[in-house]
Amino acid sequence: MGGPFKLPPLLYDMGALEPYIDAMTMKVHHGGHHATYVSKLNDAIKGKGELESMKLVDLSQTAIKMGPAVRNNCGGHYNHTLFWTYMAPKGSSITKPTGNLQAAIDKNFGSFDQFQTAFNNACAGVFGSGWVWLGVAEDGRLSIETTANQDNPLMDGVVLSQNTATGDRVPGTNGRKIIPFMGQDVWEHAYYLKYQNRKTEYFAAWWNVVNWNKICEYYDQYASKKLYIPVA
Amino acid sequence: ASPRAEFELPPPPYELDALEPHMSKNTLEFHWGKHHRAYVDNLNKQIAGTEEERYSLEEVVLKSYNNGTPTPLFNNAGQIWNHTFFWESMKPAGGGAPKGKLLQLINRDFGSFDEFKTQFKAAGATQFGSGWAWLVIKPSLEEWIAQRQTGSDEPVKDKDGNIAKSLAVVKTPNAVTPVVWGDVPLLTMDVWEHAYYLDYQNRRPAYMDVFLDQLVNWDAVEARLEAALSTVNLTQQTFTS
Repeated sequence: MGGPFKLPPLLYDMGALEPYIDAMTMKVHHGGHHATYVSKLNDAIKGKGELESMKLVDLSQTAIKMGPAVRNNCGGHYNHTLFWTYMAPKGSSITKPTGNLQAAIDKNFGSFDQFQTAFNNACAGVFGSGWVWLGVAEDGRLSIETTANQDNPLMDGVVLSQNTATGDRVPGTNGRKIIPFMGQDVWEHAYYLKYQNRKTEYFAAWWNVVNWNKICEYYDQYASKKLYIPVA
Repeated sequence: ASPRAEFELPPPPYELDALEPHMSKNTLEFHWGKHHRAYVDNLNKQIAGTEEERYSLEEVVLKSYNNGTPTPLFNNAGQIWNHTFFWESMKPAGGGAPKGKLLQLINRDFGSFDEFKTQFKAAGATQFGSGWAWLVIKPSLEEWIAQRQTGSDEPVKDKDGNIAKSLAVVKTPNAVTPVVWGDVPLLTMDVWEHAYYLDYQNRRPAYMDVFLDQLVNWDAVEARLEAALSTVNLTQQTFTS
């Protein structure tokens, strides 16, 4: 439990998400970017007593208070650890949510298609680097929210769903604190090698590899019970 | 400002393949041809039918910054400005070292050219997420405060009556440009991932080394310094070309 943290292995081959996400991107994204967040996080908490033994999910909540080295790298490690699990090779998962999550999406967005459109619009509406999240708000409703850079909705004090500099609300978001259970990386490194500036193509293609089995599980076991996904 | 209806996308002052192998033609085709072009197209859509159609780009940037609570125009306007400045900050067979007055000031304000490079790369490395690293002229802080208090537009002078300036490295997130703070930019390096990802992937430090060693257009930086030293209004900045 706690540090030193380790880069989790992918549960599928680098090329398993082709052609939607290319193998080279997986290699650099996981083995380069995520690996660097892990090593820099370990550097940032080294010799810092209590921080060294906290679970990642708990460290995330205090990360903003702990300064940029912890904030950026703890966020990066938590966000990416779960990101790999939001995805699976096409055909290995159900292609749409079922059960409780399906009902919640229909209730909150009207239909799965309307949810997808709203989520894609939020992705396109983020200026600069960040993440787009689906999560459960305090009143139990689903909400799409965004964060900048490697922030996530777990962090106390985080700014949600506002575009950097202009402060305008990202389309389709509400600015509500949520328990996230699904996320999309909108940093350019997530798609640039294959899609370059055509980010809306990436956002559309991504749905082919979304692991709805896992996401339904995250919703049922954690988010709908007001629990953060407990990454150690 | 002369009346204008639409902003245009100026081409870089060299062919798109001219920075090979340090910055590929492929990168320039996307970076200039798609990203920079999209900022221009998007700003033009935003200003259609508004008073900003009569502004210069610099005026749109400053007005839309709105003293720190930027309006929706700012991200596009800032990025157009930043990217034009960026292309002009590079040249084929660039790199090397500054000379003359610029080198004198770099030595004075950083200690050495090597120390400037160290600080510039540190700014680029620590600008987390998207943004820019800059070499700028800043009025010195106490003179800047004193000037603000008088509300004067006169150039800030030191005790000898010379225009007081000092060079500094700054970093900005996303579309922000230090023009909005009253700094005079001399050089910029784009550290948005789209600037280097096709050629360097996650190796931002390698990109920054190549930028300094092979691409920087020190002639352009020197010309900007000359223009600033002979200019009365510190908040004005124009392109060299």
